[in-house]
Amino acid sequence: MQGTQLLFILILAIFLGLELIRKVPSTLHTPLMSGANAISGITLVGAVLSAGSAHTALTTVLGTLAVIFATINVVGGYLVTDRMLGMFKKKKSGDNSK
Amino acid sequence: MSFYIELAYIISAICFVLGLKMLSSKDTARRGNMLSSLGMLMAVVITLVSGEIISFRWIAIGIVTGSVIGALSARLVAMTAMPEMVALFNGSGGLASLLVAMAVYSESASGATVTTTALVLAIIIGGITFTGSLMAWGKLSGVLPGKPVLFAGQKILNSILVAGILITSIAFIFPALTADISPETFHLLLTFTVVALLMGITLVMPIGGADMPVVISLLNSMSGLAASAAGIAIQNNVLIVSGALVGASGIILTSIMSKAMNRSLSNILFSGFGSVAGSASESAQQQGEVNPVTIQDAFLILEAARSVVIIPGYGLAVSQAQHAVKELAGLLDSNGTEVQFAIHPVAGRMPGHMNVLLAEADVPYEQLVEMDSINPVIHTIDVAIVIGANDVVNPSAREKEDSPLYGMPVIDAEKAGTVFVLKRSMNPGFSGIENPLFFRDNTRMLFGDAKASVQGLVEEFRQVLKT
Repeated sequence: MQGTQLLFILILAIFLGLELIRKVPSTLHTPLMSGANAISGITLVGAVLSAGSAHTALTTVLGTLAVIFATINVVGGYLVTDRMLGMFKKKKSGDNSK
Repeated sequence: MSFYIELAYIISAICFVLGLKMLSSKDTARRGNMLSSLGMLMAVVITLVSGEIISFRWIAIGIVTGSVIGALSARLVAMTAMPEMVALFNGSGGLASLLVAMAVYSESASGATVTTTALVLAIIIGGITFTGSLMAWGKLSGVLPGKPVLFAGQKILNSILVAGILITSIAFIFPALTADISPETFHLLLTFTVVALLMGITLVMPIGGADMPVVISLLNSMSGLAASAAGIAIQNNVLIVSGALVGASGIILTSIMSKAMNRSLSNILFSGFGSVAGSASESAQQQGEVNPVTIQDAFLILEAARSVVIIPGYGLAVSQAQHAVKELAGLLDSNGTEVQFAIHPVAGRMPGHMNVLLAEADVPYEQLVEMDSINPVIHTIDVAIVIGANDVVNPSAREKEDSPLYGMPVIDAEKAGTVFVLKRSMNPGFSGIENPLFFRDNTRMLFGDAKASVQGLVEEFRQVLKT
């Protein structure tokens, strides 16, 4: 792909991102930040490609480290977001015990 | 095959877009997060089966290791330490993008100008994100001093670092320019990597702990941009799109947060809260008498109150008092008192952090009110109980123009009939700013550990309600 095409995609995606979340209740700031953070772990795809198609030992090492850290970001990010949001859900089912 | 891969990447991107959208509304947030995680799973699986992978061994080792670490930390972290955890995950993502860019370089050193530039950006942004997030973690968890760290020559040091990054990265991107004098490009790459890592430290160091939420949000946005840059370097659409989404929406979220604190982003990043707070030490001379109160007296006032508003802050989280507070609220309620929780948008260590903590303690959702709805009616409330909150109820924000807090929207606790402030001591809060609320005539200080004080009140109520 040409560089300009990549930039084209980049710029459109940035505009989409800017429009995406205009109004967020402050309650959701932390989960939203954490959920968006998990998405930035998409770099895992790049890490997997590097680690899996490496031709030198250095690339393998760098790629594998990248896979580890990106996976921490992805798995940890999604789980922690879900844990936070789960707490909002819990009391919504209207329990009055304890 | 390539067609199907691209198709799957498009669907992943759609999952992320819809997921983010759903995350910004209460009813759909959890499903949004799941949708976004499905998109992620799909992107990774399709990459694995794309045929571009020669060896799976190291990928498997990496994914298993990362999953175990990520899952355990997400499970085990206390809700109070959530902001620190998000900072760490974020730093980890930034580091991953940096490593991907380095791996790309080590695989084939020469590339088009656009890809090389993207590679450099991924390393620089990823590096700053990584060490910056570590600093944010350190400041929030108390490993590092929360106060802004300022030293002489800080500006000069930062300028040198910026100049260093610019020179080395330009020399790296256009090797022809410096072909005669330049050392190996690999050394250039190492140089600006190290400088970027240093910059993450020097940029976050002078920012006060109270501003860390905004910093983490900004770093989150940056880790998205790093992923996007890595995507351009490896010419992968799904990285570009998803990274840009996070980068852009992160900027919006950051600006929403700074607005909630009534600070401009540049003010947060470059002013160094402490340098403004110089007036705080001058006001160490007390502003009047403090009225302490015993638990018994506080109980008597509470028992007679018709309406009570509880204003929680991070101190509540620190002393793990949320369950005791929920119990007190229940007892007040059964005593015929109307109880509400007034949540400041930035109470806790992050916007919405306090809501999460109270939700964890099963406080009914209907009892939570936002600052904007409580302030117009707070003068009708008999008692305001401030638990471990300080800056978010500081009247200086409204009254004292030279206060560093001036202009920040606060909960007007002092307008309630009586104000109880549960506090460990007279030390100023996280931001190190004196709070005149403590010296008001209608303020009563209940010194001691917040949890112990609340439990004391609970005991008093129990005894009375029993008889």
